Amino acid sequence: TWRKRRERSRDRHKSRSKESSRSEKSVTINAPPAEPLLGDQSVRGEEVQDDNWGETTTAVTGTSEHSLSQEDIVRISKDLDDSVGLDCKRYLNVALSVILGLVVFLTPLAFLILPHLLWPDRLRACGTACEGLFISVAFKLLILLLAVWALFFRPPRAGLPRIFVFRALLATLVLLFVLSYWLFYGVRILDSQDEDYQGIVQYAVSLVDALLFIHYLAIVLLELRQLQPFFSLCVTRSTDGATQHYNLGQLSIQRAAVVILENYYKDFPVHNPALLTASKSRAAKHLAGLKVYNVDGPGENNAAAGIAQSQSRAMIAAAARRRDSSHNELYYEEAEHERRVRKRRARLVVAVEEAFTHIRRMQEEEQKKAPGDVMDPREAAQAIFPSMARALQKYLRTTRQQHLHSMESIQQHLAFSITNNMTPKAFLESYLTTGPTLQYGKDRWLARQWTLISEASVTSGLKDGTVFLLKCIDFSLVVTTKKIPYIQLAEEFIDPKSHKFMLRLQSETSV
Amino acid sequence: MSFIPGHPVTAVVQRIEIHKLRDGDNLILGFSIGGGIDQDPSQNPFSEDKTDKGIYVTRVSKGGPAEVAGLRMGDKIMQVNGWDMTMVTHDQARKKLTKKNEDVVRLLVTRKSLENAVRQSMMQH
Repeated sequence: TWRKRRERSRDRHKSRSKESSRSEKSVTINAPPAEPLLGDQSVRGEEVQDDNWGETTTAVTGTSEHSLSQEDIVRISKDLDDSVGLDCKRYLNVALSVILGLVVFLTPLAFLILPHLLWPDRLRACGTACEGLFISVAFKLLILLLAVWALFFRPPRAGLPRIFVFRALLATLVLLFVLSYWLFYGVRILDSQDEDYQGIVQYAVSLVDALLFIHYLAIVLLELRQLQPFFSLCVTRSTDGATQHYNLGQLSIQRAAVVILENYYKDFPVHNPALLTASKSRAAKHLAGLKVYNVDGPGENNAAAGIAQSQSRAMIAAAARRRDSSHNELYYEEAEHERRVRKRRARLVVAVEEAFTHIRRMQEEEQKKAPGDVMDPREAAQAIFPSMARALQKYLRTTRQQHLHSMESIQQHLAFSITNNMTPKAFLESYLTTGPTLQYGKDRWLARQWTLISEASVTSGLKDGTVFLLKCIDFSLVVTTKKIPYIQLAEEFIDPKSHKFMLRLQSETSV
Repeated sequence: MSFIPGHPVTAVVQRIEIHKLRDGDNLILGFSIGGGIDQDPSQNPFSEDKTDKGIYVTRVSKGGPAEVAGLRMGDKIMQVNGWDMTMVTHDQARKKLTKKNEDVVRLLVTRKSLENAVRQSMMQH
């Protein structure tokens, strides 16, 4: 009945508008001395105005739909994804770091062993203090090995477009350091064939100490510095406006982008292109209803740019003035959609609850009959799936989620819920609300290959007001940076005695 | 009547003897008291010094034994039957006045007019 009501109100609306003054609906177009519709040839031919132009001219509408569907685009982009990228860059990094590590690790050992190999007879015997230093060198090297393994040999979580500046600096520092030690060793010890072995051992110990300090520097620069939050980043998805805020420390833009993307997969609801078609069609309808006709016919010739400008201005003026009822349609459409979703959801919840109670009853019966013979959750899922499949599919189609879940995944999830004794509400949770991207299979993500677009250099640090884009094929994430304000805390001391109150009375007694 | 801590209080007092009236089971005196060391002295309308925590007569019932004996509203009671009333709580003052086994209470009261009268008489000499 509500639909009839809507049509009735629209009719009333139309009749009312006819009664109002005509000037509200007319559009004033500054008639340009314009080119005729059909070009120069027609000017020569049509000297006389054809009065039947209303029936004979055909207008070409501006909207045409391309027939390339969403799946085709995804398939094309997936082919680009699967092609092997620049993996040699990653292998080069690993190789370089392993070589550097070996050189650094073997240097102290070399310092200690070389005198014994080259001039063993001239070496003074190593006393007890010197032998103690051997133990210290051994343990320090072990600690260094474990520390380097813990810090540097972790599986990489992202591939960055430019070099990681701090790591490169540290590698250079270590290299220079070790080279200078070798230089000194070569000149002062190998050439002169020093006999003081204790001094050589102490030299090796000082090298290992310095390497441990460099490792400490690495920890501070790579791990600790960005832990203290300094900037607040606001990340907005361009298609539907989903926004999140993250607090980060002082990072370079590329590292901040990695952190944001890691959080994207768990915080943002999955990108659903089916939800965006409604607003697009509304926007297309808004201006498509207006067409510009040149009423003056063949007139003076003018530059084409003048026509285009005046035409667009005319269209904007017309669109602003016409009585736009699209907000009305939107309101009723949304109300109806909401009602439909709620109805389907109610049916779905009831169907699932019935299915689950059926399982529980069957489980109890099985336990009474033969305690050893319990039904496999997979079989149970397959047994009850048909009873709820229809309701679930209808619900998913209404909320436009049907492409995110396949029948196989639904059955798997059902078996999982039964195994873990979940209630029907827990089972339905992943279908009633759109979850984060990580919840769905990798082929549904539509967000695998990311491009970082930034005006500032991506290895430069974040600053207040930095804006950069993380572009994917279908959408992009717009990131703006704001500095967290400096907090000045002041103290106010309250004397505990001031909290004591005396109740002062004034009573009067008659005697 | 200002009170300097550590110094004795001096005042011109009047002796008033009130005979209690028997009203059924009670012995009434016919006036109301206010004040005391546990009360708020700043609310006392009769005291000159608003830190004075003494016992004051706030109301005298007409025709009662107190009025007959010469007690007036605003009098400060200094002693009741020898008991000091300048540094007592409100309840202690009430108890000293309403002892069931005493028929007569002998009060020492002071008021501003008494001091003025004494000063005037001294000035005349």
